[in-house]
Amino acid sequence: MKPGSIAITGAAETTELGKIPHLSELGLHADAALNAMADMGIGPKDIDGVATTGRPTDLAHYLGITPTWADGTSVGGCSFMLHVRHAAAAINEGLCETVLITHGESGKSRVGRGGFGGGGSSLAGQFEMPYGPMGPPTMFTIPVLRYMKDRGLTHEQLANVAVVQREWAGFHPRATFRDPITIDDVLNSRMIAYPFRLLQCCLVTDGGGALIMTSAERAKDFKTKPVYIVGTGESVETPMISQMADFTSSRAFRVSGKKAFDEAGISHDEVDHLMIYDAFAHLPIYGLEDLGFCEPGEAGQFIMDRNTAPGGKLPMNTNGGGLSYMHSGMYGMYALQESVRQMRGISPAQVDGAKTSVCHGVGGMFGASGTIIMSNVQP
Amino acid sequence: MSDKFQALPAPTPETQHFWDGTKAGDLKLQRCTSCSHTYFPPRPFCPECASRDVEVYNASGKAILYSYVINHRAPKGWDAPYSIAVVELEEGPRMMTNVIGIEQTPEALELDMALEVTFEQVSDDIFLPKFKPAGGAS
Repeated sequence: MKPGSIAITGAAETTELGKIPHLSELGLHADAALNAMADMGIGPKDIDGVATTGRPTDLAHYLGITPTWADGTSVGGCSFMLHVRHAAAAINEGLCETVLITHGESGKSRVGRGGFGGGGSSLAGQFEMPYGPMGPPTMFTIPVLRYMKDRGLTHEQLANVAVVQREWAGFHPRATFRDPITIDDVLNSRMIAYPFRLLQCCLVTDGGGALIMTSAERAKDFKTKPVYIVGTGESVETPMISQMADFTSSRAFRVSGKKAFDEAGISHDEVDHLMIYDAFAHLPIYGLEDLGFCEPGEAGQFIMDRNTAPGGKLPMNTNGGGLSYMHSGMYGMYALQESVRQMRGISPAQVDGAKTSVCHGVGGMFGASGTIIMSNVQP
Repeated sequence: MSDKFQALPAPTPETQHFWDGTKAGDLKLQRCTSCSHTYFPPRPFCPECASRDVEVYNASGKAILYSYVINHRAPKGWDAPYSIAVVELEEGPRMMTNVIGIEQTPEALELDMALEVTFEQVSDDIFLPKFKPAGGAS
């Protein structure tokens, strides 16, 4: 960290200390945040990075912040020192410019303590869970009928996403499901939450993955073919699917994708391989449009025209994705693994001569997004 | 309120006015007195301009059906299939709910159809805002 390169310019505690039964824990974070912003003379729209021991998505949504950097490191009472350190590195790297770090704790009054992310007192707990959702298949999918109406997607196009990805899974010995399927197979599979059928929903499996990174300079010392990071992006929007600003497009996708492409300085034509985390069949459609590969309303047909299929100009989800390869609950690691294999030239579904891969992930239910652009060519 | 699995909201100090409202038959929204922005869910400041000068008011209860799914795998005690919907209130904000008083089919549940709020008691203190077709149509 370059000494003296980063400064703290806003600081405040909550309005009261001691006994505060009239604020939930989220409310305490917000109260301190508003005080710090007033101290510095800025508003939530001037903040583009958040770090918190609460949940970054809840905090950013609550305060009306659109971040390009979000950190939820929570290792106990010293987390805030880590946040300062992480924020300094992020600002120096150009990931964001103005970071808000928050803390809030109803240690005595215990108000809204399950507050962040879990329990009946959280935002989702109060305003979504009571309406009978049964996990992501009944929530992540809610925007799709609006997308279908406004952007003209058909049930066949939505089913076809799963068909193409199953084709890719056929190349991978480790994929959970490898047998080809048809649009009819998908549309006849068990209805889960209209319009989504079983084959349009991700698998549930076990597994994991790990990555190790170092400097490009040091990378030469090791036996593996280096995969260089050439562009990165991230963002969060809201912990509640109902509060997504636009049901036809993910703000988190757009913000994350734009940052990654701006950093990499590449055009869409230069992308040889694409991974878009597909917890459900609509995600690649939103991803293709929000990343700028397709115009609004065109992704369904783009996939139907086999552009993302074996032999197509934009191979996508070449491991079969969360729909066919595997999905343990958080799938992004496996998307990264397939991008790395493709850059190393060792994927069972190898795209000949692939030089640049875009690996795009979603978190929660359109709540967050991260985009990594990799290349096997050192810039 | 028997054997039905019902996740209950646990009101916090900042949301208590909303749940007091639904219990009394009112759908309460908040608006910023500095910039006029109406927002949901409740909080004691404006998420648009950060002003702490906000006021509570009664929404009209009118909304349109913005999007939904029809869930076929019901929790215990729920009558499947049933809609899990997001409605767009006349005042602008959207909220999750169930659409009731209508067949739970894609044919009956038309996007952009007019709805109005009704309140369903799920515990001693909690009344959930649900929505039915506007104008008394059943």
